[in-house]
Amino acid sequence: METFEPRIVAFCCQYCAYAAADLAGSMRAEYPPNIQVIRLMCTGKVDPVFLVRAFEEGADGVYVAGCLEGDCHFMEGNLWAKKRVGYIKGLLDELGIDENRLEMFNMSSAEGPRFVAVAKEMTERIRALGPSPIRVRKEKKELSAGEDKRPVDETGT
Amino acid sequence: MIIAERKPIEDIRRMVEGHDRVLVLGCGTCVAVCMAGGEKEVAILASALRMAEPEKEFKEATIERQCEREFIEEVRTTSDGYDLILSLACGAGVGFTAELLEEHRVVPGLNTKSIGVAEQPGNWSERCLACGECVLDLTGAVCPIARCSKSLLNGPCGGSQDGMCEIDPKNVQCGWQIIYDRLAKLGRLDLMEENRPPKDWSAAHAGGPRRVLREDAEP
Ligand code: SF4
Ligand code: SF4
Repeated sequence: METFEPRIVAFCCQYCAYAAADLAGSMRAEYPPNIQVIRLMCTGKVDPVFLVRAFEEGADGVYVAGCLEGDCHFMEGNLWAKKRVGYIKGLLDELGIDENRLEMFNMSSAEGPRFVAVAKEMTERIRALGPSPIRVRKEKKELSAGEDKRPVDETGT
Repeated sequence: MIIAERKPIEDIRRMVEGHDRVLVLGCGTCVAVCMAGGEKEVAILASALRMAEPEKEFKEATIERQCEREFIEEVRTTSDGYDLILSLACGAGVGFTAELLEEHRVVPGLNTKSIGVAEQPGNWSERCLACGECVLDLTGAVCPIARCSKSLLNGPCGGSQDGMCEIDPKNVQCGWQIIYDRLAKLGRLDLMEENRPPKDWSAAHAGGPRRVLREDAEP
């Protein structure tokens, strides 16, 4: 388990969360390298398909980070995103995947430190949950197919 | 349009049991609008099933409509080699796909609910029961068959309370209250006084499966 490094995909809107990440960078604040940020114009662009596909591709955790509620540059894109996250949480539950692997966060562009805190929080949360069962299976399969990939622990739910 | 809803994943997994190559087939018309069986829902469901059943193959395809021959023909070749088609159409579409692609086993991924409308995004409600002889001219275009829980022709009944129906006073409106309000707005409350004789239910499904024929349109 010590060696388990979660792979987390973060869908960030360009106006707030991504700008906050940028600010965190300028502030030289460090955040876990486990986060792979995908920038979108607005979290309203986050289609439920993106979230499911991220898990299918082996993400251990996924989160959507948008502007503060009421502050979305496209009025209510972040509120849509929140609902979609909720919908896919339900689907994950049906699949026996812990719904806490998926989360919605809000932050303003001025909140570099919050971006870092959220990245840390998700990394710790997923570390505690262990690797996604999908990733474990996927890597096992790739390994048996002869690809040189380090397997991860099988302790995740 | 036809309103439907995805079956629970557990039920779908039971149906795909024993099949290795599954074609998840969407329908791009009614069920796409009610977010149950269109291209996006196919993508989400196929992805979910690939996670749940990693040993199986789930291929995605969506056609315009599964209730029309020419669209189903489009996937005849695609479906080759798949031992199961998981259709995300309404029951009619599932059945027609099975009828035309007869060498395949076809199973339903959705529960078909009703003929209805999109009241607003995410809220679809029943509006017609296909009774075969429409009476909307007498009821301010509010269907007494579909919207009255008892399909009364001379409503309301004594179970109408504060505009709600006794079967579920919190969630179900009294169809006849809606009819009354509409007729009042139209200045046609006189229609409430009319005594409607029983409907000829043989025009509805009670008379057996129905068919509409148009010789001029037949090939
Ligand atoms: S198959 Fe059913 S859902 Fe699809 S277009 Fe036809 S009636 Fe509508
Ligand atoms: S009266 Fe019959 S045909 Fe007309 S809307 Fe109601 S159920 Fe449908």
